[in-house]
Amino acid sequence: MAGTTVEPRRPENAPAQRRGVVGWFDPRGRRLGGLAFIVNRLSGLGLVLYLYMHLMILSLLVQGPGAWDTFVDIALSPPVLVFDVVLLAGMLIHGLNGIRVGLVGMGLVVSRQRALFIAAFVIAAFVTFVGALRIFGGEG
Amino acid sequence: MTDTATDLRTTRFVVARRKGGDDPDELRYDTFDVAVGPHTTILDSLVAIRRELDPTLSFRHSCFHASCGTCGMRVNGREGLACVTPVPAGAEVTVEPLANIPIVSDLVVDMQAFYDEFDEAGRPLVRASESIAAAETAEGIDELGRFEDCIECGICLSACPVAGSDPRYVGPAALAAAWRLIDEPRGADPGPVLRLMDDEQAAWRCHLAWECSEACPSGVDPAAAIMRLRGAAAAARARRLFSFGGNR
Repeated sequence: MAGTTVEPRRPENAPAQRRGVVGWFDPRGRRLGGLAFIVNRLSGLGLVLYLYMHLMILSLLVQGPGAWDTFVDIALSPPVLVFDVVLLAGMLIHGLNGIRVGLVGMGLVVSRQRALFIAAFVIAAFVTFVGALRIFGGEG
Repeated sequence: MTDTATDLRTTRFVVARRKGGDDPDELRYDTFDVAVGPHTTILDSLVAIRRELDPTLSFRHSCFHASCGTCGMRVNGREGLACVTPVPAGAEVTVEPLANIPIVSDLVVDMQAFYDEFDEAGRPLVRASESIAAAETAEGIDELGRFEDCIECGICLSACPVAGSDPRYVGPAALAAAWRLIDEPRGADPGPVLRLMDDEQAAWRCHLAWECSEACPSGVDPAAAIMRLRGAAAAARARRLFSFGGNR
């Protein structure tokens, strides 16, 4: 049954006893509900970051038409359009999952929480795909 | 079921250690090579390690069949009862104590605070509403009892990410127990328990990760109970609001 004792060592990335807020974002060992929890927090933080970026970009307007036109040229470049697609996906998943969290969190459709997340994810993926076609193709 | 010598493979167990006097913020990890078979459980392996390799290894167990709830721990980062968790495939397995609960020694955690939360929740032990009326009883027994599914193992608290960041959180097990009392008061007044759990550190602290229900080895589904508890708390608040300060 048993063998020999070998050298003591510490495995890499061993989780602490109480993982703290950092543990919210650790996907190891998570199941569907836990992954939904992580995705909602990451998308929420991303949207907050975007809000501040948006306000900073709008402040270019006070520098006159030249500064704004330069920004628009940058915004229409393909690498920045990828950012638009990511933004769309984040808005959709956060909004749709937020509806799920709101319903379930008030004691409604509790037994359907898993199906609701899958539905939210599928809808978000489909709309993101259509949106990406329109963003890059212009015609959809 | 017995494993034969030809079924055996060697698995390296990386086991978290901490004794009194050690740095409370650090776990030490010791490794042990153990021969395991297809039916060897984590608890079998720990018993073998303690018997043959390191008699100072501390872990708690009792029934060996998932009834007592004493051998909860984390295996490769995921919570489970060691007595019914097979040794995973692969050359190495990491065994750690439950998270979010103070360590007494190695894999043994201090469950006192966890049990205290149950007391506040009313500690329901019987689930009369799910008794089977048609069940036959032995001579001399009037009625069969239907006990709660919760075995008070602490696995839900360990799996909860919110409990990992907020030690004041009441936790999934006690909230589920509170819901059972409210759902099935059996003559008790559920009002005080509902008011106790209608709190930012109780029913409203849950952030719906659902990990407690996924990890529960006994099918309790604490997350669903918490959501129903919230529904009851919200309904009670609405009744108070529209009764202009009445009691209900």
